[in-house]
Amino acid sequence: MPELRKARIATASLAGCFGCHMAILDIDERLIGLMGLVEFDRSPVNDIKKFTKRCDIGIIEGGCCNEENVHVLQDFRRNCDVLIALGQCAIMGGLPAMRNAVMHSENPLLECLEEAYISGRFIRNTTHQIPNDPALPLVLDKVYPLSEVVKIDYNIPGCAPTGDVIYSTLASLLAGKFRGFERELIKFD
Amino acid sequence: MDVQTSQAPETVEAAPPPKAEILEICAEYGNDRHRMMDILHTVQNRYRWIAPETMEAIAEATDLSRIQVEGVASFYSFFSLKPKGRVTIRLCDDIIDRFHGLDAVVAEFERALGIKMGQTSRDGAFSLEFTPCIGMSDQAPAAMINDVVITKLTREKARDVANALRAGETPEKIAVPGFSPSSAHERANRMVNSNIRHAGEVLLGPVPQNAGLTKAVSITPTQIITTMEESGLRGCGGAGFVTGRKWRFAAGGEAERRFVICNADEGEPGTFKDRVLLTERPHLLIEGMTVAARAVGAREGIIYLRGEYEYLRPLLEEVLDERRAAGLLGTEIMGVRNFHFDIRIQLGAGAYVCGEEGALISSCEGLPGEPKTRPPFPVQRGYLGYPTVVNNVETFCHAARILDKGAKWFFDMGKEGSHGTKLFSVSGDCLNPGIYELPYGHSIWELLSIVGGEDAAAVQVGGPSGTMIGRDSFSRKLTFDDLATGGAIIIFNGSRNILEIVEYYMSFFVHESCGYCTPCRVGNVFLQKAIAKFRKGLANPEDIEYLRDLSSTIIETSRCGLGITSPNPVLTTLKSFPLIYSTMTKPTKDGIRDTFDIQAAIDGARKIAKRRSYIFDKDFSQ
Amino acid sequence: MSAISDTGTRRDTTFTFTIDGVEIRAQPGQTIMEAADDAGIYIPRLCDHEGLRHQGSCRVCTVKVGGRSVSACTQPANPGTNVESETPYLTKLRRDLVEMLFHEGNHLCPMCEASGNCELQAMAYRLDMTNPTKFPYLEPNRDLDASHPDIALDTNRCISCGRCIRASMDVDGKGLFGYVGRGIKRRVAVNGMDLAHTDAAVTDHAISAEVCPVGCIIRKREGFRIPIGEREFDKGLIGHEIEEKANA
Repeated sequence: MPELRKARIATASLAGCFGCHMAILDIDERLIGLMGLVEFDRSPVNDIKKFTKRCDIGIIEGGCCNEENVHVLQDFRRNCDVLIALGQCAIMGGLPAMRNAVMHSENPLLECLEEAYISGRFIRNTTHQIPNDPALPLVLDKVYPLSEVVKIDYNIPGCAPTGDVIYSTLASLLAGKFRGFERELIKFD
Repeated sequence: MDVQTSQAPETVEAAPPPKAEILEICAEYGNDRHRMMDILHTVQNRYRWIAPETMEAIAEATDLSRIQVEGVASFYSFFSLKPKGRVTIRLCDDIIDRFHGLDAVVAEFERALGIKMGQTSRDGAFSLEFTPCIGMSDQAPAAMINDVVITKLTREKARDVANALRAGETPEKIAVPGFSPSSAHERANRMVNSNIRHAGEVLLGPVPQNAGLTKAVSITPTQIITTMEESGLRGCGGAGFVTGRKWRFAAGGEAERRFVICNADEGEPGTFKDRVLLTERPHLLIEGMTVAARAVGAREGIIYLRGEYEYLRPLLEEVLDERRAAGLLGTEIMGVRNFHFDIRIQLGAGAYVCGEEGALISSCEGLPGEPKTRPPFPVQRGYLGYPTVVNNVETFCHAARILDKGAKWFFDMGKEGSHGTKLFSVSGDCLNPGIYELPYGHSIWELLSIVGGEDAAAVQVGGPSGTMIGRDSFSRKLTFDDLATGGAIIIFNGSRNILEIVEYYMSFFVHESCGYCTPCRVGNVFLQKAIAKFRKGLANPEDIEYLRDLSSTIIETSRCGLGITSPNPVLTTLKSFPLIYSTMTKPTKDGIRDTFDIQAAIDGARKIAKRRSYIFDKDFSQ
Repeated sequence: MSAISDTGTRRDTTFTFTIDGVEIRAQPGQTIMEAADDAGIYIPRLCDHEGLRHQGSCRVCTVKVGGRSVSACTQPANPGTNVESETPYLTKLRRDLVEMLFHEGNHLCPMCEASGNCELQAMAYRLDMTNPTKFPYLEPNRDLDASHPDIALDTNRCISCGRCIRASMDVDGKGLFGYVGRGIKRRVAVNGMDLAHTDAAVTDHAISAEVCPVGCIIRKREGFRIPIGEREFDKGLIGHEIEEKANA
C-alpha cells in the first residue's frame, strides 16, 4: 500500500499576539501523531519565509492592520488550497480592531497614531514622532477581518483557541471529516 | 448679500427657560403626563428647545422621572434638546425633492442664511435641517418654516424666502402673502395646492352635509356596524383590515370608556391624500368619526395630526368649533339622548412610526411612539387601556358616505375584495401629479395614462413600504389582492438611479425605526450599508443572497409593520430589476476579494507617512 | 395545576399545547415561554428575565405559531396550538439576531470581564455562532461612566435589553435607567448627569450580576475574582437549568 502523501501546512501571524501559534503547541503529545500526517512549509515555526510548494492548508493568526498583512494574506490565499482563520483577531479583528471604534474624527488614523505615540497619557516617547522608518509597512485605515480581504474556508474561534479545538479541527479536516465544531469547544475568550 | 459661513456653531448658547413658566405650561395641561406631547410642543414652540432643567421641571409637575421625560423628548424629530433658531427651516429631503432640484434650494438657503444644514445661526435666529417627506410630493421641493409650509421651491424662490425671513418677515406672511385670508380653508389652500386631478363619486365629488350622520342616528349602533361590514370597506391606511369587523370588536364587551382615534399621521413617503381630505373634507372626516363613535359607543375622540400638518390645525379647530356650535359634536348630538362625543387634536412631532396604530396610541398617551405588544389589540385595550378604534382619515370619510348611500352602493364599486374608491397620491415623473379618486381595480398602465406618466421606467406603489415594479409588471392591478397600497404612487422615469432610490428609502427606515426591537433597529442599518456597498461597486456576488437573507430575518422577527415592510425597497427591486444589482457586483477571483480596496485602505497612511507603498505602489522602488 | 372552586370540587382550567411536537400543560394567562419554562423546555431569550415584566424586544425567543412569528415571552399560550421553536430555520433567525447585537456594540470577548458569564456570548455558543458574519461592525464610541464609587457603565456593550430599566423601576423602585433616543440611536441612559448623581447602590437588584446579561453594568473590584474558564457558562450551556427540569 503506497504511503499517503503528507499534507503540507503553512502558517502566519498577522496582526495578532502570536498567542494562537503558542496555542498550537497546546495540542501537546497529540502533536507527535499529527506530525506524522503533516509537514510544515512557510511558517514562523521553522522560519521558512517563502512558499516552497503549494500547500494544502494555510493557517492564519491575526487580522490585517497594515499593508504587509494584506500582502502575506493574499500570498497565502494564492498558495493554499484551504485557508483557516485561527482565533478571534483573524475572524473579526480582535483586540487590534478596538482602534476601529475610537476612530470617529476628521482624520482618525492620525488621531490614533498621535495618541499611541505622542499624546497618550502613559507614552514615554522622547522623539515625539510617529515612527516612520521606510521599512515600516503602511498602516491600513482600519483593522480588517481576514474574510474581508480574501475568501476564508474555516474559522477556529477562541482567544486563543484551545489546543483541543485546534487539534480536533485539524484532525478532522485531514481525515476529510470536518462537520463543524462540538458546542463545548466553542469559546470566544 | 453673502454672510460669513465658516464659524456658525451647530448649536447656540441659551439659558434654560424659567422653571415657573414651565410649571405653568404643565398646569395648563392639568399636569397630566398623558399630555406630554402637548407640553413638549408648547415648550419647544415658545423656547425653541427642551433644556435638561426643563425636563426636570416637567418631570416634577407630571410625577415622572427626568429620564422618562427625556425618553419622549429625544424620540421625536421636532423636539430638540439643543437650542434651535427662532425660525426653523426644515427642507423636505425625500427622493422626489432630490430629483426636483433640492440641491439648488439647499445651496441657496445655506448661502443666504450663512449656515449649513444641521446648524443654527449664531444669533439664534435660524436653524436649517432636513426632514423626511412632509406630504407635499406633488409640489416638491417643499419645506416647513416653523409651522407653515412652502412648496414648489426653486433657487429663486428659496432666495426670496430666505431674504424675507432675514428682513424679519413672519413665516406666516411668507407662506400666505397678500391680504389676510378670509377663512382657515382659504389660508390652507393658499399655502398648499390641493391638486385634485380627478374627483370620484365617494369622497371628492359633491358630498351632502351630515347625511351619513343623520342616517346613523336613525338606526341602531349594531345596524351601523352591519352596514359597514356589508359595504366591504377596508382600512385605507395601507393594512386593509375590514373596518366593520374592527368596529364590532371595539363595540363588544364591557368597558367604562371607549375611544375613536383618527390616524392623520400619513408619513409614508409619497402619500398626501389625507392632507387633501383634511383640507377639503374636514366635515366629512369628523362626521365619519362621529358615526364610528355612535357605532362603538365612544364618547371621546382624538385626531392624531402629523406634526408636518400643523398648518392644518387652525382649520380643523375651526371645523370642530362649528360642529360643536351646530350640535354635531358635544352632548346629545343631533338631539339624541345619550349620544355624546367630542374630539381633541393630538399633534405629532415628526415620527413615521406613529402611523402604526399601537405607536400612535403610545404617542397620544404621552409616551415615545413605540408600538405596543399585541395581544391585547387596540380594539380590546387601546388608549389608556380602553377599547379603541383607530382608522385612517380616508376610512372615516368613506364610512360617513356609506351610511348615506348604503352598503350596496359602495360594494358595487371596485373589484371583488376591494370595494369602493381609493385616493391615489401621484407624484414623481408625470405630467399631472396630484390626487386621483378612482375605483379599485385599475392597472398601472391605465393609471399612468390618466396621470400622463406613460414613459415611466419604475413605479413605487404604496411608498417605500410597498412595491417597486418595472414596465413588465405595469399590467398589475391596484387592488388589495394584487398591488395593495395606502395610496402612494411614485413614478420614476428611465433617468433615475434605482439604487439611489433604494438607498434613500433604507436611510428613511433607519431614521424612522423606533429602535425597540433588534431586527428593525439594527438590521435596517445593515441593509442600508449593504446597498451603499452596491452603489460603490464594492459588493460581492454573494451579497445579493445576503440582501435576501437579511431582509427575510428582519421581516420574520420584527415586532411591528415598520420592520415587516422596511426591506421591501430592497426585495421588490431585486425582483423587478435584478440586473442593476448583478452588474454592480465584483466576483472574487482566486479567493482574493476584489471588493477590498487596498489603495483606499492605505491612502491615509501614505499621507501621514509622506511616502508611498513599496508593496502596492507598483511604480515605486526604493 | 388545578383550581378549586367554591363548592370544593376540582375544576381543571389548565390546557395543553405542543412545542416541537411535545405536549405540555399551561395555565390560562401564561405566555408560551412561561409554560415552556415550567415544562423544562428552554426557549432562548435575552431581554426576558425571571421576575421582570415581559418586553419582547430582543426577538431571540421568536417562535412560530400557526405559521406566524411571535415572541414567546409575550405571546399567550393557546389551547391546542402547535408551537415551533428549535427548528433549523428558527435557530438561524435567532443566530442572526444575536449576531446583530454583537455587531451593534463593541463585544470583544477576550477583553471583557463578563466573558464566561455573558448571556449574549453564551447564546452565541448555544446557537453555534462560529463563522464570521457579513454584518458590518457599527463600532459605537460612547463615554464610559465610572463616576460612581462602586459601579461603572460601559454602554458600548449594552444590548438594549432594558432589564436594568425594569429591575430598577419595578423591583428597586428607583428608576435609575431609561431609554432615550430613537432607532439605532436608542440607548439605555441614566436618570441624571451620571451614575454618581443618582441613588444607585451596588446592592440594587438592577446592578446585580444576574440583571445585566452582558458586561455593561460593572461592579467595581470584583472583575476577575473567578478566572476565565471557570465561569457560569463554562460549566454548562445557557438554559440547562430549565432543561434539567424536564429530566428531573
